[in-house]
Amino acid sequence: MQFDSISAFLNMGGYGFYVWLSYGVSIIALALLVFSSIHNHKKIKQQIALRIKREVKLRHAAELQKAQTSADTSKNI
Amino acid sequence: MMWKWLHPYANPEISYHFAGKILPWCARLAFAFLTIGITWALLFAPADYQQGDTFRIFYLHVPAAMLSMGIYLAMAIAALSSLVWQLKLADASAAAMAPIGATFTFIALVTGAAWGKPMWGTWWIWDARLTSELILLFLYLGVMALHNAFEDKTLAGKAAGILALVGVINLPIIKYSVEWWNTLHQGATVSKLGQPSMTADMFWPFLVCFIGFAFLVTALICLRFRTEILHRNSMRPWVRELVTTKEKTHAV
Repeated sequence: MQFDSISAFLNMGGYGFYVWLSYGVSIIALALLVFSSIHNHKKIKQQIALRIKREVKLRHAAELQKAQTSADTSKNI
Repeated sequence: MMWKWLHPYANPEISYHFAGKILPWCARLAFAFLTIGITWALLFAPADYQQGDTFRIFYLHVPAAMLSMGIYLAMAIAALSSLVWQLKLADASAAAMAPIGATFTFIALVTGAAWGKPMWGTWWIWDARLTSELILLFLYLGVMALHNAFEDKTLAGKAAGILALVGVINLPIIKYSVEWWNTLHQGATVSKLGQPSMTADMFWPFLVCFIGFAFLVTALICLRFRTEILHRNSMRPWVRELVTTKEKTHAV
């Protein structure tokens, strides 16, 4: 252990500001990268799932309409 | 063909699952190495006899700078294989690497500035090493912008790939800038072949930190690579199946 006390550790031999600035910025930058990467992965999965749901709904609606029109035409005849 | 064993990895589905398999292991190893390495660097490594405790910035600055160049080289190789052999997955991996490399370049620049202020008396000077590393950041940002500029991902990959390849010229400039030009930046300490010019009680925590960052980079590349594969193959049946089964398990 290189430091006698917590205050000496935080002080870093008088260079505390520069050392903690470096470590702080690095950790924040990496945390942002990690969380944005996880977020993007989840988002793309949700987007694809949403698009599939929409497609299924559209197909369903089209089938319903088709059934309706064929029923109508058969009534007319 | 001797390259036949590579063939299954050109299949996006297999690559997606392969990246998913190694991702948690890289993440765990990164966490373990970085916890040990950073604690070692901050608490147990000795202060430098000239630079005092600012030397603790070294354990972030040098791995970040080395990885910023390493990732660029990997990205350029991926870009080349995409341009020459039309490997779609190479494009996806190059697109995955660019933001990670940009982050590490940013960290190298910021920690360098925070180290330069107490040691050189200035946050920034326009010297060869610093300027070429800043250009590396702009190259990464340019590659990222081109990857996102086109709806057509093949076209985007081509444009970004050409920029990435042209930018390779910057790598030897960064590496040898401290030898070619008179500069404030000190010469190589770690990557000298033979014996590194630093003591063992500084070298070991550096190595642990470097390995930790390298695993973190690998884990992040796997994660972003998976995202890129899904994005580029969103119409494929296997992706649809994967996404819908995920939805069901989440709902339960």
